[in-house]
Amino acid sequence: MGKPNVGMLVSQLREEEKLLLRAFASHGIDPVRLTDRKLQLELTDLTWLQEMELDVVLDRCLAHGRAGIVLQALDVAGVRSVNTRRAAVIADDKVECSLILGARGIPTLRTFMAFTVESALEALEQVGYPAVMKPVAGSWGRLLGKVNSPGAARALLEHKRQLGSYHHSMFYIQEYIEKPGRDLRIFIVGDDIVAGSYRSAEHWVTNVARGAVSAPCPITPEIAEISMRAAKAIEVEIAGVDLVETPDGLKVIEVNGGAEFKGLMSTTEYDIAQHIVDYVVNSCSDSQSSSLNGTYSASKQSMANGE
Amino acid sequence: MTITCPECGAEFQLDSIEVGEIIQCPECGVELEVLETDPVKLALAPDEEEDWGE
Repeated sequence: MGKPNVGMLVSQLREEEKLLLRAFASHGIDPVRLTDRKLQLELTDLTWLQEMELDVVLDRCLAHGRAGIVLQALDVAGVRSVNTRRAAVIADDKVECSLILGARGIPTLRTFMAFTVESALEALEQVGYPAVMKPVAGSWGRLLGKVNSPGAARALLEHKRQLGSYHHSMFYIQEYIEKPGRDLRIFIVGDDIVAGSYRSAEHWVTNVARGAVSAPCPITPEIAEISMRAAKAIEVEIAGVDLVETPDGLKVIEVNGGAEFKGLMSTTEYDIAQHIVDYVVNSCSDSQSSSLNGTYSASKQSMANGE
Repeated sequence: MTITCPECGAEFQLDSIEVGEIIQCPECGVELEVLETDPVKLALAPDEEEDWGE
């Protein structure tokens, strides 16, 4: 086939999206920009979407709610998206991620859900203090709480219950790991692990969005195996898998579908944006590249490590 | 090109900008979204919402 007709779902152009656009330009492709705020989706007749004749849409939307709806429309219209709507929805849902990781036996953090203050306090007793509370849908380390005692937990739970949205009265409770001042971000594209970084911060929250500093992380076989297992379980093709080092080995914190790679870019000369774009473009002509049953590519690991 | 911050009126230079890009005013620090490039039209960038993220 000729050049694919590519769409890119965006909220705004960050450094990553500009790099992706340049990488698409290297293929002679100028993606159709689907800017979430400007879209008017006629849900009952998707002819307008089919008439765009898009072969694939790369999802770089910041707003999870909007992305889920647009990807759903694309799915119904028969337009392939990367990630798929199913993968994006699973990745954005901490509950579903925890259920899937647990069911697949992939090492992850012990996690409970509770729906009342009293049942949440009982769950916290099982997890032990300190513990971490997170919104069921959220990112960038927003609204994370580390609770050190039953008294602090009750105060936080009562406050969350008053926030208004019912989401904040569904209490997602997770064990706290005394990590060595860092966690790991492993970036996956298709069947390749393209780069990894340590994210260090003095604060217990080590999101780059919260100021954590990235440093190169060599991809060991253990890192490769757990990261790829997690990505395949969540069905994401492009993902940032976050891992934490524990006394029991590596555990998965979460899998990010709309993964950012700004921090990673400072740790590797490998062109992550180009790799993403090559994958998306090739997926239009090679159905195998969208397979979720591949294996880790050792050659890309070597490249990521600068070998 | 010379850009004028719609918030504080500061003038500053940028080599290249694209529609949809977020830039920061070096004077007042406010984040600005590029609405148009020819001529340049800027607006305050949208506030982060609860479901924004990776």
